[in-house]
Parts: sequence; C-alpha cells; structure tokens
Amino acid sequence: MTETTPPVLEARGLHVGFGRVRAGIPAIKAVDNVELAVGRGEILALAGESGCGKTTLARAMLGLQKPFRGQVLHNGVPLNYSSRGLKAFRRKVQLVLQDPTGALNPRRTVYEAVAEGLRIHRIPGNEKDLVAGALSLAGLRPAERFFNRFPHELSGGQRQRVVIAGALALKPDVIVADEPVSSLDASVRGEILALLLSLRDQLGLAVLVVTHDLGLAWNIADRLAVMYLGRIIETGTTEEVLAAPSHPYTKALLSVLPESNHMQPIILQGEPPDPSNIPSGCRFNPRCPAIVDGSAERAGVVGDCLTGALPVLPAYSPHMAACLLHRDTGMVIHSGAAEATV
Amino acid sequence: MTLLEMKDLTVEYKVAGGGLPAVRGVNLNVDSGETVGIAGESGCGKSTMAGAILRLLPATTKVTGEILLDGEDVLGMGWARLRAVRWSEASIVFQGAMSCLNPVRRIDDQIAEPILVHAKKGDATATSKAIARRVRDLLEQVGVPAWRARSYPHELSGGQRQRVMIAMALACSPRLIIADEPTTALDVMVQAQVMNLMKGLVKETGVGMMLISHDLSVISDVCDRVAVMYAGRVVENGPARTMFTDAVHPYAKALTGAFPVIGDPSSRMAPRGLPGDPPDPRELPTGCPFHVRCPMAIDECTTNDVRLRPVPGSSDRAAACVHVGHEPALAGPASGGLGEDR
Repeated sequence: MTETTPPVLEARGLHVGFGRVRAGIPAIKAVDNVELAVGRGEILALAGESGCGKTTLARAMLGLQKPFRGQVLHNGVPLNYSSRGLKAFRRKVQLVLQDPTGALNPRRTVYEAVAEGLRIHRIPGNEKDLVAGALSLAGLRPAERFFNRFPHELSGGQRQRVVIAGALALKPDVIVADEPVSSLDASVRGEILALLLSLRDQLGLAVLVVTHDLGLAWNIADRLAVMYLGRIIETGTTEEVLAAPSHPYTKALLSVLPESNHMQPIILQGEPPDPSNIPSGCRFNPRCPAIVDGSAERAGVVGDCLTGALPVLPAYSPHMAACLLHRDTGMVIHSGAAEATV
Repeated sequence: MTLLEMKDLTVEYKVAGGGLPAVRGVNLNVDSGETVGIAGESGCGKSTMAGAILRLLPATTKVTGEILLDGEDVLGMGWARLRAVRWSEASIVFQGAMSCLNPVRRIDDQIAEPILVHAKKGDATATSKAIARRVRDLLEQVGVPAWRARSYPHELSGGQRQRVMIAMALACSPRLIIADEPTTALDVMVQAQVMNLMKGLVKETGVGMMLISHDLSVISDVCDRVAVMYAGRVVENGPARTMFTDAVHPYAKALTGAFPVIGDPSSRMAPRGLPGDPPDPRELPTGCPFHVRCPMAIDECTTNDVRLRPVPGSSDRAAACVHVGHEPALAGPASGGLGEDR
C-alpha cells in the first residue's frame, strides 16, 4: 500500500451498536473500535465465529448500518449518509450475499436481475450489451442463453454467478462478499472463488470477503483480519497469520480445522460471550488457553489480561496480534513469513 | 461384527412423470464401534440413503435391495417392530437442530419422550424420577449443564441445541447412530466440540456411527472408513485417511481438492473446483455418470458404466473408475464384465 492512494474502503475507529442507547453508547456493541482497510485490487478476508460482529462490520462498511462513532471512507472520502450520497456510494461498493437463492427474485429472469441495478443507477449505454458483458465476466457464457432463464432453472453455482454479475454490471471498485460460498457445494465452491480471483486480476476489483472459513482465506485472500467479539484481534498477510498464528484465539481456530493434523487441537470451551456483556481487560480472557495453561502468568501479564485495556490494531500494519503476550514487541509479530512477503 | 448391512440398495422417489432414482445400488456395512463417513454433494443420494435405513421416506418411495440391522431385515419389518427399532436400535441426528426441536416444549421433556415411548410396562427404569435422572445424565454426557434441563430450545445456543439432539439420539441406547450433517450449521469451534463428543461416544459406548457430510475433511478426521457417493452410487470407498490424501476416483480427488490444506503452497491463491454441476437423476449421462465433468474421461467412459472394483495394491479400497487397475494414460480395452461390485 503506497501513501498516495487511499484505500478503496476503510473503517476508522468504527463502533456499531444496537439496543437502548445510554449516554451515547448502545447496550450491544457489535463492532467495538475497528480499523480496517481494503486497498485497490486487494482481497481482504475478515474471519471469525458467528456473533463476532463480522457481518455487522460488513454492513456498516456498505452504509447499511450507521456507526455510532467512527467513519467509513470510500477512496479517502467519508461516507455521506444522505440518500443521494448513499446511492452514489452503493454503485461503487457492491454486495454479494451467502444464499443466492434468497438474493434473487424467483419471478424475475436472469436478465432482469442483472439489469435492475443498471436501471436504478441510470447507467448510459446499451442495456443488453452491458448485461451480456456482466454475465460473461461472471462466467455465464454465452450470456444470451441465460437471459430468459429463471433462478429455479439454474444450479446453485450459476445463481451465485448471476448475483455476482448483477454486482459487476455497475463496475464497482469493491465487492463485499458475505460468506459467498458457504451455501454452495464443495466442487462449486472452488469455481466461485476462482472467479473472484480472476475478477481481481482482470478488473483490479477489490474484495472484502467475510467468512468463518480460514481455508477460503488461504485460497484467495491477500490479507486476513481475525475478529473476536467486535474487535480485530490479529491481522497481517494471509501467509503470516495462517503460517504463524500468534493470538491464542487464532491458534485455537486453526488447530481445530480437520486437516491441521500437525497441531494439537485446542478446543475452546463454551461459546463466544455476547456483545452486550464484553469482559473487562482482554475480551478473550474467559476462554483464553494461555491463561488456563499458565503461560500468561509466567509472562507476567495475567493481571493486565484481566483488567488492562488492549490497544486497537491499526488497519495497515505488519503482522500484529492484540495479545499481551506480545506486549514487548508492541504486538508486532516478527516471523519468518513476514520477511518473505511484503 | 456387522451392525448395519446394505445390499444393493436402490431408492426411487415417485415424481410426476415417473420415477426418480436417488440411490442406485449401494453396498455398505457399518460395524459396532466403527464410524463410517458418507461424503458427496447435495443430490448425490446420501441423505436419502440415511432415510431409507429407518424407513423415514414417503410411502410412495420404492426401496429395493436389503437393509439388515443386526441381521434383521428392516424393509420387511411390520410397523410395530419398526417403531420399536427406531430410537432403541438405531437413531438419527438431523442437521437442523433448530427445526427438529419443538420450540414450545422444554428440552428435558423432549429427551424423555423416546424413553417413555419405548419403556416396557412395569419397567423399573420408567418411573418419572428415574427418567429425570437419565435425562440429566444424558445432558451431562453431551456436555450441556444439567441445570439447563428445564430450558426451552430458544434459550440455548446452536451448539447446545445440536448437543440436545445428540442426547435424544442416545436416549434409548441405540447401537447405531446415523448423523446427517450434524455440524453443518455450526461454527468451526463448536463443530470441533461436537465432533469430539461424537468421537468420544463411539469410543466409550461402542456404538456404530454413520456420519453423513459434504465436507470430506471433517469425515477424514472423525471416521475410520469413508464412502464417496456420486449420482446415487458409491464411487470410492476405503480408509478415511488414505481417501483424503490419496483418492483414486477423479470425483473423490476433486472433492478432496475442494478443501484446501492451510499451509499447502499448491492451494495458495489457487482454489480448486470442479466445472459443471451434478447430473439430474432423471437424465443420467450414459456410461459413467461422472464422465461429463471428469478431467480424465476417455471414450470408453461414455459407454462403460464401471462399478466398484478393488484398487490394486490395497485390500480395503475400491473405486468405480475405468482407470483403476490400468495406467491412466492408456485407453486400452477394459473388460466391462469385470466391473461388478465385490
């Protein structure tokens, strides 16, 4: 990332909450001070368990949810929440959802589904050519054969391609994809991920992909941010984070993947606590294996784990983990992988 | 010993305009204390097969072949015997714990129901006190705190609900548990918890388990043996470990490739999928049903519908592919007559 071009999509000190607001602070802090940036032509994966706030963060970055503090910036310009501002913003920042069957109107043809955005945004040009172009970019070729098909006549993978074509028709800078393949079959999954990769290579399209699947991040993402209970707790290039996970939570997540047989599985007990009741100190401390096995105590940080405040990880940084075990290095992780990349 | 034996099982759904063959000749065994995985994409017939074992399919469905549960023919059972067998000899854990639990009844009552139904008259274990104790024991066994017994399903998390489903399946101490995508809707960490629980149950109680999943990586982690299904047939079976690392059938290979091993440089930025879609069971291609999507297809595949044959050099593996037993590059004449099961 060079200093001159601002990121395509950026969250600065973003706080998003729900529920009753007291003294300006909502009862449920779903996103609690997040810094995140997607550079031009970059694929960033945002990973975490359900309930960690990753979808809320994605919605806020799409302007669907107004933050109560902090900003969303598009190409360095703060998002304008007026209806005209949002409309212009949404043309450039498109959404692809998990379930393509739910995202498509069952009574509209493929052509109408893709043309809808073009009509709303009054895109000049021959509509038919634009729709055909978007469909073939999404891998539905020859596009004309799909014009008059209805969603129920398509397979799951083809439906997801139609949804992606609808997003591409508007020539966006960035696509926010929320679990884009988790409702698809294993063999189709790879095809859709390959499509996202090729779109980045062909069009320089940036993608923010929200997922619980670290294998997906390994497949396509340049950088990875791991989220826990409203915060980014580890960030870096995908190689750095997955080859040398440093936060105890990331380590545990990786260790339970079925194919990580070189690691002893660290199965965390219980489920993530709810965001209306965030633990003080490090928010991971009730489940943290480093506290249970005494390594936090040996490092002399356990007191701060329970009470101290954790710094917020910056959006663009070297490999960092928000864990007091790495306090000496300012949370920066110096791993072999770090030098190999960048 | 053999707990479940399926011999040349076929299942045909009745639909408008004729029959829809969902399972087309499956031979499979499950032994006590063994976990057998069934992998495949949606529509491959894996859930239909599970439903057929306990005769849970619509009455119009045509099931032929043999299903022997502990040597007893399930397809020939009278209704009374069948009702006795369900839950107490074999039980099913379904995937949607949300929709399988009654939302307006407390979980202890729901777990107690099969015990009450299956209690014999004058049975000392069927007093309300004994049942309450049994329910609490079951909950503890699956890792739900006993004080949760009086909860309603909505008060539990997704993982806890799935555990309740498992507790129900265990309630009458069956000898066979069929788990149909038991963790599909769950997070990785909760999935690891539930899978760990099921592994423990098989080890401690010696039940036989059939685990159905689209995720071959989960199966290879939990199961002893695995059968990969395509278009209603088993196309490869063998020990789970070798299947994941060294599949023989091109479809099984593609399925294993769809789940990347994190850290494996060959899958970094290279998601692997399989072009095309699973075939429509009403219009199966001639010859090998996979040849349309198969990267290794030769002319012979369009005519020769190869059945399972032993993989050379191993005693416990079989695959249904022309190339098995031949050099892949050679399109030599394979004898179609030898392609029979077993």
